[in-house]
This record gives sequence, C-alpha cells and structure tokens, in this order.
Amino acid sequence: MCLAVPGKVIALDGAISKVDFGSGVIREVNMSMLEIEIGDYVIVHAGFAIQKVDEKEAKETLKLFEELMEKT
Amino acid sequence: MADFQNRDMAKRVLDKIKESGVEAKFMHVCGTHQDTLVRNGLDAMLESTGIRILQGPGCPVCVTTPNEIEESIKLADSGIVVTVFGDMLTVPGAERSLAHAKGDGADVRIVYSIMDALRMAKDDPNKEFMFMGIGFETTTPATSLALLSQPPDNFSILSCHRTVPKALRALVNMGEVKLHGLIEPGHVSAIIGEEPYQFLSTEYNIPQVIAGFEPLDLLMSIFMLTQQIKEGRAEVENEYFRVVKPEGNPKAIEAMAKTLVESDVKWRGFPVLPGTGLEISDKFEAFNSRKKYEDLLSPIWDMDFPEPAGCKCGEILRGIMEPQDCPLFGKACKPGSPVGPCMVSFEGGCSIAYKYGKRGN
Repeated sequence: MCLAVPGKVIALDGAISKVDFGSGVIREVNMSMLEIEIGDYVIVHAGFAIQKVDEKEAKETLKLFEELMEKT
Repeated sequence: MADFQNRDMAKRVLDKIKESGVEAKFMHVCGTHQDTLVRNGLDAMLESTGIRILQGPGCPVCVTTPNEIEESIKLADSGIVVTVFGDMLTVPGAERSLAHAKGDGADVRIVYSIMDALRMAKDDPNKEFMFMGIGFETTTPATSLALLSQPPDNFSILSCHRTVPKALRALVNMGEVKLHGLIEPGHVSAIIGEEPYQFLSTEYNIPQVIAGFEPLDLLMSIFMLTQQIKEGRAEVENEYFRVVKPEGNPKAIEAMAKTLVESDVKWRGFPVLPGTGLEISDKFEAFNSRKKYEDLLSPIWDMDFPEPAGCKCGEILRGIMEPQDCPLFGKACKPGSPVGPCMVSFEGGCSIAYKYGKRGN
C-alpha cells in the first residue's frame, strides 16, 4: 500500500495534473496536497501526489553516502 | 534522477555494516521495504553480517480484520456497489472473500484511487457506492480529501485506515521481540514527518532511521542504525530527506485532522490497539458507511471470527515467525489459493517470499 511511484509533472489543470512515469505511461494525478510546477518530480500513491522529490537533495544524498563511507 | 541502485556503493555499504561488528535485530514496517529487501537479495546478503531484519505489521491489507472484510461483504451482498483496491478482493473473511461475493452476483469493483470510486458514484446516482478505505498515513489523506470534496449523497466510506507510530508502541510494549532499531516507512513519513516517531527513541531508547525504497536507501539506513548503536545514540534520523520533510506534508495532515478521529481498533494478529484506527468524524457522518448502514453492519461488530486454521499471519505480522516457517506456506497456502492475507497482498510477507522463490527451509 505504501508503494508510490515517482514521476514528472508535464501538465497542470487546477488540482489535476498529468504525470509522466516513463516508458510512455502518463496518468492524471490529483495535486491537492502540494504546491507544484510543471517539471517538478512527485511521488504518486493511489492517484494522489503525496510529496515532491527534490532532485538536488537526491544528488546530495548520494554525496552524503559517499562521505559517510569515507569517514567511517 | 540519481542512481540509488549502484552495485559498487551497495557493496561498500554492506562491507561497512559487516565491519561495524554490530549484532542486532532491526524491524521495518512496510511491505515495499520487504519487497526491496527480498527482490534485490539484500536479505541474503545481510546474512553475512550481524544484522537480522524482521518484518512488522507493515501491510495494511494484511492487518485488516475478518470483521472488516465481513462488513464489506455484507454491504456487497445487500446491493451496494463496493469499490476496493485490487489486493483486497481475495482477502478471506469468515468464510468468503469479496471475490466470492462478486462471483455470487454482487457488484464489487476494483479501483486504483478513491477518485475513481467518487466518479463512479457521480455517474450513477441511482446506485449506492461504498469505498473501502484501507491503508496507513500514506493512503489516508486521499480519503480525507475525497470527504472534503463534497461527495455525492450515494457515496460512503468504510474506514479501515490505521496509523503506524502508536502501533509501534503497542508492538514494543508486547515485548515478544527485542528490537535494536526501527527502519521507518518513507512514504508514511512523507505525510507525517519525523516528530511522531520521536517517543520511540526518547521513551524506549530505540534508534530509528526513516528510509526510502531503493536498495541503497535500505542498506544505508541499516548502516546508519549500526552507527547509532556503536555510538550509543537513539534518535530519529532521516535517510530519505529527498522526499521526507521534517514537518511532513502539512496540507495532508490538515485534511486528515478535519475529517477523521482516532479510534481503538483490532489489527489482525494483535489485540485492540488504542488510538491506532481512524474513523470518519461526526461532521462527515453522512459519508460514514458504519453510520449510514448501521442496521446492516452492527451485528458484525461484536462477532468473533477465528483466524483460518493453521494460518500464521499473526505471528508473521508481529515479527516472530518467517513465512517459510508456516506449515501451510507454499503447500495449502499459495497466491492462487491464499489461506491468509499475508499471501494475498503484493505487500504481504508470504506473497513476497513465495514470489521470489523462498520456498521453505
């Protein structure tokens, strides 16, 4: 149930947006829980975007992993 | 997007976990974490370390009780259109599942989202529609937003929603397993944030890491837990900060607070766990199936349905037994003919173990 899939917002129409999940899969997603812009990446669960994915912080996470491995 | 499946990095993290020399039992409470662990063979890789990962009650379908299944079957048999997520269909109630009810002529429909159920109700005002609200905090905000969207009169929700942090308190208090760390579910945390887990570290001295769902996320959170143990710390750390904000999702939290109230509910395999259920608040009672169909449903509320004979779902959900140790696993109980819900849901421990070939010791 906690399965949620990342996708990229490609169109916005009020609370409803179109999200591209890759491999040609595009679905309507409810955005009522978030403030988003076209081009944002979001995590989608059961038709609702529950949170944004911060691309910068995704890269930051990997950098942090690298640092942790060096440090310990 | 960034690469969270990098094999070289995974091997380095695994080596560090091994080097740490920490011997401990960690529990996760998410079917998707279990899937990542088993699908990528991480559970097998971790056997060479001192870490053992237990699965807790992290599958919302699995913890749904026979009484709740019976409620939905009763409504389906009474001519109400029942809309459910796909993996609820074959979860056994006392004798039948919703799939059996459908086979017997009831109108049971699979939906991907509560919005699909709302649309069906609006398009067909002459029929009554019930949506079975299953899921933890990841799923619950959608139910709340549906309630706030002025649903039509012919629509109601059977809320079977449950919450994670207080259930963890109950699990720890039961004392059946001694946990040295908790891997917290990333997408529940995307909604609720970090604070609701805090008491588990301060009151029970349990280290915790909120984790994402890629192989590297899980390995890194296990490593972070070993570091907390080595350094004598017990705190809530967030490995999945690219998605989980400390405050969670305020809009979702607000929607839940406006529409739902805490309730005491039984979980399959557990007794009644105080404050771990979410019932629809009085303000929205016109859309609460339990109020709308009280006459039909109230006889079921006090009934006691035994677990299926021989089924060990309860023990598996409490983290004290592995699927392959159940005598029914892979024999009487298979995905095509499940005895218990852990073999039904794609997030169930038994279904995952069966799918990835862990056919027994």
